[in-house]
Parts: sequence; C-alpha cells; structure tokens
Amino acid sequence: MPGESDIAIRARGLTKCFGSLRAVDDVNLTVTRRQVYGFLGPNGSGKSTSIRMLCGLLTPTAGEIEVLGLRIPEQAEELRRHIGYMTQQFSLFADLTLRENLEFLAAVQDLPRREAEQRVDELLHEYHFEGRADQLAGTMSGGQKQRLALAGSVIHKPELLFLDEPTSAVDPESRRDFWEKLFELADAGTTILVSSHYMDEAERCHRLAILDRGRLVADGSPAELTGALAGRTLEVRAEQPRQAKRVLVQVPGVLSAAQIGNSLRVLCEESGDCRARIEQAFADAGVSATVTPIAPSLEDVFVAATNRPADQLATEAP
Amino acid sequence: MNWRRLWAVVIKELRQLRRDHITLAMIVGIPIMQLILFGYAINLNLRHLPTAIADQSLTSGSRQLVMDMLATGVIEPVASAQSPQQLMEMLRRGEISVGVVIPQDFERRLATGEEVVQVLVDGSDTVVQSAAVQLAQMPLTYTPAEPRASSVPLPQARISVVSFYNPQRVSAINIVPGLIGIILTMTMVMFTSVAIVRERERGNMELLIATPVSRAELMLGKVLPYGIIGLIQTSLILLLGMLLFQVPIRGSVLDVYWSAMLLILANLSLGLLISTRAQSQFQAMQMTFFVFLPSILLSGFMFPFDGMPAPAQWLAEVLPLTHFLRLIRGIMLRGADFSDLWPEWLALVVFILVMMTLAIVRFRKTLD
Ligand SMILES: Nc1ncnc2c1ncn2[C@@H]1O[C@H](COP(=O)(O)OP(=O)(O)OP(=O)(O)O)[C@@H](O)[C@H]1O
Ligand SMILES: [Mg+2]
Repeated sequence: MPGESDIAIRARGLTKCFGSLRAVDDVNLTVTRRQVYGFLGPNGSGKSTSIRMLCGLLTPTAGEIEVLGLRIPEQAEELRRHIGYMTQQFSLFADLTLRENLEFLAAVQDLPRREAEQRVDELLHEYHFEGRADQLAGTMSGGQKQRLALAGSVIHKPELLFLDEPTSAVDPESRRDFWEKLFELADAGTTILVSSHYMDEAERCHRLAILDRGRLVADGSPAELTGALAGRTLEVRAEQPRQAKRVLVQVPGVLSAAQIGNSLRVLCEESGDCRARIEQAFADAGVSATVTPIAPSLEDVFVAATNRPADQLATEAP
Repeated sequence: MNWRRLWAVVIKELRQLRRDHITLAMIVGIPIMQLILFGYAINLNLRHLPTAIADQSLTSGSRQLVMDMLATGVIEPVASAQSPQQLMEMLRRGEISVGVVIPQDFERRLATGEEVVQVLVDGSDTVVQSAAVQLAQMPLTYTPAEPRASSVPLPQARISVVSFYNPQRVSAINIVPGLIGIILTMTMVMFTSVAIVRERERGNMELLIATPVSRAELMLGKVLPYGIIGLIQTSLILLLGMLLFQVPIRGSVLDVYWSAMLLILANLSLGLLISTRAQSQFQAMQMTFFVFLPSILLSGFMFPFDGMPAPAQWLAEVLPLTHFLRLIRGIMLRGADFSDLWPEWLALVVFILVMMTLAIVRFRKTLD
C-alpha cells in the first residue's frame, strides 16, 4: 500500500466551481490516519462536494489532493480499492435483496468468492440483519438503509472511509450504535471522514472542520475549538427572556443570543468585558437578569466561525 | 477486464430484470404484438367495396370486364346506375365507395389505347383511392391480344389491389424478417440506454464509480444480458413467423442468428452511447425514438429504398437497420449466403466498433 506516512488526506487550496458558484472555496485540510474526522456545515456548504473531490469522483477546479499517498484525481482508479464511500443519498440497489447487494459489492471489490461469502454473512450478523438477508433493500426503513450502506462500504475493509451524512435518518439511540461501529472501525485502523449536521456527532470526532458557504471556517479538535472561545460564552437567566433578548442584541460586542428554554445563551466578541456591558444594559433597561459564564459548546464555535445563528446549521433529529 | 467483476455486473442486471415484471412482459409482449399487428392488420387487402357500375357500352367486352372486376372480390355491386352523374350522386350520399363508368365507345377506345373506364371514388379515403387506381389499370391488362396494350406491360393479368399502407405489396412473409430488425431496434436501444440512465437517476452510479469496477466491465455487463434477451426475441419472432405465417428460412439459420447478433450489438452500443448523453430516463426514451423513427421510415422496411431521394438514402446507409434488412431478407427469403452479403455485415461491424468506442470513451467514472 502506498504512503506509510501518518497523513491519510491532504488537500491544499481545494476549490470547486459550478458555473459562477464556488461550492468549495480554497479549502486546506489534513487528516491523520486512524482518526475520525468530522465535516460540519449547513446545507449547501460544500461537504458532499469536498468528499466527492477527495474520492476522485469530481475534478477540482483548483487545488491539490493527496489521499493515502496518491495524487487525486490522477490516481483515483488506484485509490478506489482502498476506500469505502457511503453516499449521502441511498445508492445501493433497491430492487436487490440485502444479501445480493452485499454480494455484488464484494465481487466488484475483488473479494475472492469464498472470502466474499464469509464476509457477507459476517456483515449481515454484525450489522443486525440476521433474518432479513432476503428482504429487498428498497423496502427497508431509512435508518436501516443507512446501516446497510455502511456495511456495504466496509465490505472490503478499506483503510479510509468517506461517510456522507451517514446518520441523517437514524434515530438518536441507533446513532449511538452507529458511532460505536465507527469507533470500532477507527480502532481497527480505519481512517474515517464523516460529514454531519449534528453537534453531538461533531463532538465525538477526533478532529473536525467547519464548512460554511464552501469555505473552511474553523478546524481542530472539539476541545481546541471550544477552548478558543473560553470566556466568551455567557448564560443569561431572566424572568422574561424575550425582553432580555431584545436588550441583548443592542449591546455592542454580542454576536448572538439564542433562547434555550427560560435562559439565553450569549456569545460575545473576542475583545473582553462583554459581561459588564450586558449587565449595565440590563440595569439601564430595568430588566432583571443574572449573567453567568458558561462553557462554550460546538454550537458556539459554529456561530463564532460563521457569524450566523446555530439554528441555521440544522434542526436536531426528533 | 476482470471476469469476476464483469460477471457480478451481469448477475446483478439479470436479478434486477427478473424483478422488473413490466420490462419482462415487454420483452415478450412487444415481439408478439408487433408480429400480429404487422402480420395481420397492416396486410389486410381491400375487399367488398360497395360499388355501382354504369355500363353504357353493354357489349360482350364490357360485360367481360365487369365480370373480371367483380371476380377480384375487391368491389361488390350494391346498386345500379346509368350515368356518371348518378354515380356521383350516390358517392356523395355515401351509398357507394366506388363508381365505375364504362363509356359507350368502350370498344373503340380499347382499340386505340385510350382511357377506357372511369373509376370514381370517395376521395376522402386514401385506401379506397389507391384501390381505384389499380382498378383503372384493369382494361389494359385485360386485353393481351391488343398490340397497343403491350406497350404498357404489366406483370399481372388480374387486378390485385393492395393496401395503400403497403405499397410494396409486402406480405407477412416479407414482413417477418424485417420485423425482427424493427423490434430489436426498438427494444435494444431503449433497454440499454434506460438501464444506465436509471442508475444515474437513482444514485447507484455514484456508488458504482467509486468502486474498482471498470468502464468496460460496467458497459459490457449491461450489454451481455440484453444481448441474450435480443436473441430470445429473435427466436420468438422466427418461431411465431413460421407457425402463423409459414415464413420460410431459405438460407442457414445460423446466418440468421449471426445477422441478428450484429444488429443487437449495434443497437446496444448505440444505447450505451445515448446513455452517456441522456440525463434522465425520459431523455433516453426521446433519443431512442429519434433513432427509431428514421429507422422505420428510411431503412426500407416501410417504403422501398430505391424510391427514396438520395439524401434519405445516404442517411439510411448510416442506420444499422438498413443493412440488417438487406442481410436478413437476403438470407431468409432469397437463401443468400452470409459471406455474399459482406458489405452489409461489414457496415454493421464498423457501426458497432465506432459506437462502442465512443460510448466507452465518453463514459467517465466521475460525476462532472
Ligand atoms: N453538480 C452540481 N451542479 C451545480 N451545483 C452543484 C452541484 N453539486 C453541488 N452543487 C452546489 O454546490 C453547493 C454545495 O453542495 P454540497 O452538496 O456539497 O452541499 P452539502 O454541504 O453536502 O449540503 P447538504 O448538507 O445539504 O448535503 C450547493 O449550493 C449545491 O447547490
Ligand atoms: Mg451533502
């Protein structure tokens, strides 16, 4: 296998234009092996487009890509035997059974016949599809389809796994199982690049990149990213949160104020002493509220990076 | 080319096909339906047209002519009339479709080679009109002793009226070999182009091109199952043609299959090429018909090739169906040898190579 180096993916100045739209704009990216690397971003931020370029399915308008030591897109064909790719849209064959789908994938991934049979059985068991092997893939629920797609993408035990929103239709509990699987795979040595809308998933990643309108606006480990916001997040408790919010948004230095139940979550600009100004503003307006510091979350990171409210990122799954 | 991967694609395709009951039904249904349609319906000769005859000559010759006309069974007397005016009136009222006027100087006209009978028809019906044209030629064919008549030699001594839709007087025997070509052109191009475009539409293509499966494996894996289906259709038409219409195979059966195989491959590669261009199944269908219509009209299946203007003939030479028709008619009806027809199969081989190459070159394992 090419590239014994510790870098699985390296992209420099990655850009993709569709006509006048810059779907991905000058993205620099380094993913180390055995990591679970997250791609976080709102709809249309360029997550899928980036992933497609990294697996050689789209030709970048500009930029350099090296994946597993191979130059992409030139050596994309060689790369294909080493990667697994789970598409955002269900892309297995709806009119084939689970087993037939997996058998097909095993064959096109060059698994020897005997080994393929074993591997299919193994996956059917491991991904809890016992007894459903003969069900048509198209008749499964959204979450089941995604589980099957994951099984399909790891059938040849790839070194590198691209997962494009693998849990968008998965309920919260199954999502935990799903992520257990991902960590098992990572422990076994697989590098995983996974895109997501979900903050709780982002928090699980070893490292993550936040994309917004095609640009990479922040990257680092979740701790690094939230750590950088230390001291800039406040919680405001007020009798009338909506009134308090009206006051808050007038205060210079307040980037956002999001209501969470009876309290407000406030993100301040970097240059200090926001808290004092907020308290002053409340006093002037005659609003009774208490302001306390709070630990920053990835949502705050997103807001700080994009200057947009976090609810634009995505709505949480039910 | 990796055989295991190719085989996997073929098996996948067959499995999907097995569950696609509508397509399966079309594979068998289209040949049967077309065979019966073209074989029986379009070949209908005109019979029993309601007719009135105004015989103003009343000589033995004119009576003989009337008898002969009636003997064809094409016209059937339903009223009598004395004058052309009366006939016109009956035509207008819709009582008759054909009026025949035999003028008083019938014998003299016959001797001098002038026009001897007048056939009045309901011009709104083109089929009847064409029948009348045949009837009007009758006296000339009827008088073999007449020296003037021999200047207009007609092969048949009796009237034969053929359908307007079938100007070549093609019978089922002539139709069936051509029908193999028509059906293969219609189904093969459509099946392949739709099969690939469907995968693009459903998103399967993104999965496929991210795997090590090669372009050639993907394309051939699609082509092979449909090729087999094409051969099944060919057999079905041949069998039904023999059973229903006693269509002979005067040449070798193997040659028939060789020809069919070439046409199948030509159409499949054309379908592949279409699939690299079409964005949706609907577009694929439209492009298929874009090829199918000229094939039907120009190949010589519907209209005689020699009667077409030169540009149409040039265009027809590019269509695989044109060459296939010459091959299959030669083999099945004239008992010709495959090797004698080398320009035709060579044209098909060239067509296949060009289309296949274009398709593989144009097919990209990327999404842009
Ligand atoms: N083939 C294409 N042609 C034109 N525009 C495209 C194409 N593919 C993507 N885009 C555009 O590029 C932008 C980024 O799309 P992309 O699919 O990468 O977003 P995403 O981050 O994956 O979004 P989502 O979370 O909804 O999946 C979007 O504005 C999209 O409309
Ligand atoms: Mg996406």
